[in-house]
Amino acid sequence: MYDVIVIGSGPAGITSAIYAKRRNLSVLVISNEKAILQKAENIDNYYGFPNGITGKQLYENGIKQAENLKIKLLKDEVVNIKYQNNFIIETVNSNYETKSVILATGANRETLNIKGVKEFEGKGISYCAICDAYFYKGKDVAVLGSGNYAIHELMQLKPVASSVTILTNGAELVQNREISNINVIEKPIREFIGDSKLQEIEFEDNTKKKISGIFIAQGIASSSDLARKIGARIENGYIVVNENMETTVPNLFACGDCTGGIMQISKAVYEGCKAGLSVLKNI
Amino acid sequence: MEIVNLNSENFKQEVLEESKTVLIDFWAEWCMPCKMMAPVVDEIAKEKEADLKVAKVNIDENEDLAMEYNVMSIPTFIIIKQGKEVARTIGVQAKEEILKLL
Repeated sequence: MYDVIVIGSGPAGITSAIYAKRRNLSVLVISNEKAILQKAENIDNYYGFPNGITGKQLYENGIKQAENLKIKLLKDEVVNIKYQNNFIIETVNSNYETKSVILATGANRETLNIKGVKEFEGKGISYCAICDAYFYKGKDVAVLGSGNYAIHELMQLKPVASSVTILTNGAELVQNREISNINVIEKPIREFIGDSKLQEIEFEDNTKKKISGIFIAQGIASSSDLARKIGARIENGYIVVNENMETTVPNLFACGDCTGGIMQISKAVYEGCKAGLSVLKNI
Repeated sequence: MEIVNLNSENFKQEVLEESKTVLIDFWAEWCMPCKMMAPVVDEIAKEKEADLKVAKVNIDENEDLAMEYNVMSIPTFIIIKQGKEVARTIGVQAKEEILKLL
């Protein structure tokens, strides 16, 4: 059992871990070691680097700094968060229990541009298998995604739905759970169709498939995906936090790009600091 | 004010024949977002006691009502005036967002 589990190892996540660790809390950082920061060619607007620094170097410095401060780092992919007296963090490989969570996985930059997605939200399009599987008892459903997160959502739906298909929308299915017997359609999707409810998928090759529900699980589970499942308030895709970076769920914090606002390192560092100082304040 | 638990027996009397505006919260025990909204719903019931009836549908026990109202995601909040649905909203949200719909 940890005091704090931080999900994400960019500037917000690592800073929050540093401040929490300083307060003698037991801290674990879980991340897939992919941060948007690594893609920044040259950063010349961040304090203290007279000649600028590459995003990759700054990211690696942060990891090294955390290691030097004896912060435990784990490479894994988080697919779900549950709450039973404490938080349970489910990853592809294991489960971890913690008193509090800091979400810092960045913002979801993959936007879904399929016609009908917005229109059928709550009418066949869902973002949470665990919440909405119940409504698709004995029906044909699909998961839109191509990674471990999509597979996790598929496993939630399998016992309930009549059939579950993975829609990769042109991508290749990459998963490391080695689950067999999965129906996969890799064709690109053009549109989701229906009247008052979702009824059909139309693919780019003009073929169609009848469907009652589609669960969106693209890429890796983002902070807002995880926050939504546990009941935190999301507005316009960003997690709502108070001035202490606490979400609407007690002991669940969020910092960095996933809370919206200015997508800058300085802001991520400030919010990480705030979260690390605020988490479990009253113990 | 007390929050009314709805079922197919009392639905007509408590909702359709109610003269006040009714806010129905469709929820389930296993739904974390629903649990997070429960205190918000309680607050609304208290604040609007004079002109609003607040009711809940446990969808596990009342699948028929969930189906009748086309509920496909929870929490779903439906507002009924004079027996007719006038608004609905889905998911965790601020109290003010729900109050706006009343």
